[in-house]
Order: sequence, then C-alpha cells, then structure tokens
Amino acid sequence: MPGVYLTIVLAPLIAAIVIGLLGHIIGRTASHWLAILGVGLACVLSFWVFKYHVIDGAPIYDAPLYIWGEVAGITFQVGFLVDTLTALMIMVVTFVSLMVHIYTVGYMQGDPGYQRFFCYIALFTFSMLMLVMSNNFLQLFFGWEAVGVVSYLLIGFWFKKDTAVFANLKAFIVNRVGDFGFILGLAAILAYCGSFTYSEVFANVPALADSGMTLPIAGVEWSVITVICILLFIGAMGKSAQVPLHVWLPDSMEGPTPISALIHAATMVTAGVFMVARMSPIFEYSDMALNFVIIIGGVTALFMGLVGIVQNDIKRIIAYSTLSQLGYMMVAVGISAYAAGIFHLFTHAFFKALLFLGAGSVIIAMHHDQDIRNMGNLRKYMPITYVCMLIGSLALIGFPFFSGYYSKDAIIEAAHASTAWAAPFGYWTVLLGVLVTSLYTFRLLFVVFHGKERMRDELRRDLREPRAVVWVPLILLAIPSAIVGGFFIGPMLFDSHTILGQSLFVLPKNDVLFQLAPHYHGAIEFAIHGLTGLPFWFGVAGIVITWLFYVRYPAVPAKIQSHMKWIYHVLINKYGFDEFNQAVFARGGRGLGYALWQFGDVKIIDGALVNGSAHFVGRCALILRRLQSGYLYHYALMMLLGLLVFLLWFTLLR
Amino acid sequence: MVPLSHFLLLGAVLFSLGVAGIVLNRRNIIVLLMCVELMLLAVNTNFIAFSRYLDDVAGQIFVFFILTVAAAEAAIGLAILVLLFRNRGTIDVAVMDELKG
Repeated sequence: MPGVYLTIVLAPLIAAIVIGLLGHIIGRTASHWLAILGVGLACVLSFWVFKYHVIDGAPIYDAPLYIWGEVAGITFQVGFLVDTLTALMIMVVTFVSLMVHIYTVGYMQGDPGYQRFFCYIALFTFSMLMLVMSNNFLQLFFGWEAVGVVSYLLIGFWFKKDTAVFANLKAFIVNRVGDFGFILGLAAILAYCGSFTYSEVFANVPALADSGMTLPIAGVEWSVITVICILLFIGAMGKSAQVPLHVWLPDSMEGPTPISALIHAATMVTAGVFMVARMSPIFEYSDMALNFVIIIGGVTALFMGLVGIVQNDIKRIIAYSTLSQLGYMMVAVGISAYAAGIFHLFTHAFFKALLFLGAGSVIIAMHHDQDIRNMGNLRKYMPITYVCMLIGSLALIGFPFFSGYYSKDAIIEAAHASTAWAAPFGYWTVLLGVLVTSLYTFRLLFVVFHGKERMRDELRRDLREPRAVVWVPLILLAIPSAIVGGFFIGPMLFDSHTILGQSLFVLPKNDVLFQLAPHYHGAIEFAIHGLTGLPFWFGVAGIVITWLFYVRYPAVPAKIQSHMKWIYHVLINKYGFDEFNQAVFARGGRGLGYALWQFGDVKIIDGALVNGSAHFVGRCALILRRLQSGYLYHYALMMLLGLLVFLLWFTLLR
Repeated sequence: MVPLSHFLLLGAVLFSLGVAGIVLNRRNIIVLLMCVELMLLAVNTNFIAFSRYLDDVAGQIFVFFILTVAAAEAAIGLAILVLLFRNRGTIDVAVMDELKG
C-alpha cells in the first residue's frame, strides 16, 4: 500500500519537475498532457484509496516512510497517515485538480506562461497532497508552506500586472502573520508533548488537559491546550482567510481563474478547516478555543457575505462567497461538528470550483472583462455555462436536494443544537448568512445571465460557448455539485458508523451530530423537512428579492444605494480592513523602516560610527599637524622635552 | 674645594643656554651650530667634573673624543652651510622648513 500512496503524491511532483525544467523543450501539448496524466493517475488511485478505506473498511495506515533526522529523541520524518479523512480529502483534491487541469488547456490557451502554469499547478497538487496525507506536524507545515508558496506564485502569475504583484505580496505577507501563530503552536506542541507525530501528540493531550501555563500577556494562567489550539487556529485563519486575516483572498483573484477555482476556493483555503478537523483530539479539550473558532467563523460567514452583495467583479463576488462559506465550515468545526465542516468542505469544493470555472468561461467569452455591469442575458449565448452556473448557485445557496443544502443545513441544525456558549451567535450568523448568500449569488446570476444585454456590439457578435475542454469540466463538476450531498449526508454525518468516525475525535458532551442523528430519516426526508425550515425560506426570499431588483425593476438597486449611502459605503470599502491595514500596518511598517533608516542607519551607523570616526580622526589630525612645523629646532626641542619627561618619569616618579 | 654641584649647575646652565639658543634663534644657522657646540661643552664640563670627583680618567678620555668629534662636526657643518648658502642664497632659519610634509 505505501507504494500506492507514494505514487499519488509523486506523480504530480514528477510532472511538475519535468514540465518546470524541460517545459520549453517538450512543448505546450506535451506539457499539458504530462500534467494531466500525472494528476489523472493520482486521481484514479485516490478514488481507489477512497474505496479501499471507506467502502472496504481497510485499517488506518500510519507509518513513517523516511526518517531524515533525529535530534534529542525527536524524530523528523516523512510519513503518511491515511484514514478516511485523508482518503476523502485526496479524492476531492485530485478530482478538482484534474478538472482544473483540463479546463486550463482552454483557459490559458495562447498564454506565454503556459508550461509554467502547468508546472505550478501540478506542484500545488503535490503540496496539497503532502499536507493532507501527513502523519506529523512537520510535514503538515511543509505542505502548509508549500501550498502558500505556489499560491503566491500563481496569484502573481501575470507578474507584469502591478495589481497582481501587489496581490501576491499581500497574500504572502498576510499568510506569514497566520503562519507565525502556527509555528508558535508547533513549538508549543513540541515543548509540551515532545513529539511531532500526530498519534503520539494526540495520546499525550488528555494528560495535558488540566495543566496550565503563564503567558506574558496579562499574567493570567492559560490552559496549555487552549494556547496551542488558538495558535494553531491563527495559522488556520491565515490560510483559510478568516476575519481579520481574510484580506488577501479577494485580492488573490488577480491570478488566473483556474487557480482561483482550485487553490482559492476548493482546496488550499480549506486546509485550515481540514487542519482543525485533523486536530480534533486537541481542540476537543479546549472549550475556549472552540468558542473562539465559532465567533471568528460566524463573523466571517455573515459579514464577508454582505460585502459580496455590492461587488461588481464577477470573480470577487465568488471570492467573498468563498470567505463566507469558509466561515460556515469554521462554525461547524467550532461547535465540534467536525464531520459537518468536512462535509461542507467536500460539497463546497465541487460547487465553488464549478462557479469559478463557470465565471472563467464567462470571462473567456467576454474577452477578459470581469465587470458584471458589462454583461447581461448571457444565457442566450452560453446555455451550457448558464445551466452549470445555475446548478452551482442553487447548491451554494443551499436549495433543497442540491449538495450544498445538505451540508449547510446540517451546519445550521448543529449550530442550533450545540450547547457551546458562542453557539447561538454562530447559529444566527449562519442563518442570516443564508439570506445573504442567496442575495449575492442570484444577483450575480441575474445580472450576468438575465436582463438587458449591456456589452458592446462587436463583443456581442463574438459571444459563444468556449471550447469543449472548458465546458466538459463544468459538467463533470456540476454532477457532484447537484447530487453528492444527498448520497453522502447519511454516511458522513448521521449513520451509526460515520465515514469520518475513525479520524475525528469528539467528546460525548460536545457531540451535536450524535444528538441530531435520531431526527435523521434519510436524505430525501431531510430535504423535504428543509422546505418548512427558516433557511429554505431565507434562500427563497433572497432569490425573489434579487429577481425583483435585478430583473423586474432594475432601477431599484440604484435607489436603495442612494438612500442607504453609509451602509453601501461601509460595504464597498469592505469595512475598511484594507484601509486600516494600509494605514496602520503598511504605513506603520514603512514609517518604522523609514525611522530606522533615517535615525538608526543614516544617523547612528553611517553618521556617528562610520563617518563619525573618520571625522574624529580627521579633526585630531588637524590639531596634531600643527606640531609638524618643519623647523628643525622644534623637533630638537620636542626631543629634549621628551627626554626630560622620561627622565622625570624614571627618576622621580618610580 | 669647589663642590660638585657647582660644576653640575654650570654645566646645566650652559646646556640650557644652548637649548634656548636653538629654540629661540630665528636668524642664523651659524648660531645654531654654535649652540650645539655650547651644549657639547656643557656635557664636557659635566664629564670632567665627575671624572675629577670620582677619580676616574675615563671621563676625561671621553671629553677628548667629544672635542675631536665636535671639531670634525663643525668642519662638516660649516661645509654644509656653505653649500646651503650657495644653493639657496640664504641661511635664514625661518625659511628652512623643508621637513614639513
């Protein structure tokens, strides 16, 4: 079996290395075939691993493959932990990645960086697989950073665009902030558990549950587990773009659309959720950390969705939607419904990738114009994209029977049932979030695909469905987006032996899904029951409102906008996070740098130390050179005086 | 008998006069040479005084050597002086600052 796992990881890596080094020699076609074959192989094997572990019920594989260092009893190793959670994750990652690879052939057609793109994207698949298959914290961190680097490279893929360079730098720096917390978390784990291996750390955690540590902040005694969890979660906040470290994700849309779909929607940004779920044996012992996760997740879920309503860039709307959905997942893991979080991650990966690729298809047709105000009535020209986007949108707003419905409603129900003190907050934010989701999703759909045709005439004559490599992945993603939820909700969440049961650890007092299970009577009943629930009516209300505003009475939004100027102002400025960061951190950093440069470097080092010592020597010499008169008798006198001084010194003073 | 300190005092006075002559002299290199001679003679006085009081002839022998060397030195010094005058047209001490870098 290790051979299979290793092949899954190495196939994309080998493809990436070959394309990266020899891309220009083997050419474009060979490059994309190589990448697709590498990832395709990984995908097929992942499906097989999924069958092997989930359906056949194979035992957990947890073993080191290669030990590359051993210091003071701490082992640094490359190893795989393959259980059902890993099997599910690698299946999602490789499947979405494969779809995106195929789609890229159409999207990046004619781009001068074609081979480079395939190299990066295959490298990303490798990094993400290393992250999810890891059996120790060090390898997790390797994957964590590697996906960050590839994300950086791909956001700045069009490196001649200033905004892209700004965006990738921003993504990198904001992620550093999160990773700083993450590293501290790893250090704390190493300090208190003395190991990097998951199994050993998890075994040590219950013993640590009651021990405390005193932090320099406030001098209060903190629980060790709480500190570790919050630090790890800060890392997750960076990677999974939770408030206030979310600012990089909307800007990451500067990158090509395929990577927005793969990295910034379906896989990498969900790494934080995956990590928290994987660390459930640690998080379970800290109520405070879990409540913290709920609050951050809830804030992200509701307030980032609101920003999505006023955006006009097609990709940014979906990006804010991603932020909001990540918030949902965080709320789910916060209320200890880890399975629900992973389930939403799973369904979200399909429909969000679908929405992004659909948006990409629109962008291709619109000749890389991303402003939805220039679109309209596109369903006439692009029926396949329209239908796929419609399926994705219905899944996103959680319309009954679509996959998003099952995962999202499970989260809402679980938040309602949870006894954590922050759970009511989480419940209301995710519930209101449904209305908001429906508003921005259908605003996008109605403005782009319905209404008046607002594009220029010469563009309109050119509008048509893109090539098959573009719309085939859309259809392949639309199918799971529509049906996967109904199939998996029982096995994932409510059956007596859930799929993820062996990977996740939930204390009985927190196990909300277990409490909900008696009320679950099959997927169809769950959906029919949903028709009477508040979330469904919120979703429908959103659709009706957007239909009224953007199809029936298109003049209304502008009126609302002018009547509620300040709300609009707050939303269009994204609550001022960017301005705040620019003003405080960026300018503060630059100011500090300037001050250190002007004072520390120019004044002290250059002025006082380097030039100052030279000036001092010069000034001394200026005085001393007066002694050199050139008159012989002066020298003779000096000689005599010197002699006299020595005589005095040796005779009288000693 | 005249005590040793008198001779030593005389030697010191002569030596100091020589030093003062070298330092204060702003005119003539010949005066400079003469001052050097004066300092040598002051040293000779000391030598002879000690030789006499310590009953050791070595001091007087030294004085002979010093006188001989001083005579030779005076001859060479004056010869250099003549050459200097020939080349520069002056023996003014104030313009002799060639040693200044």
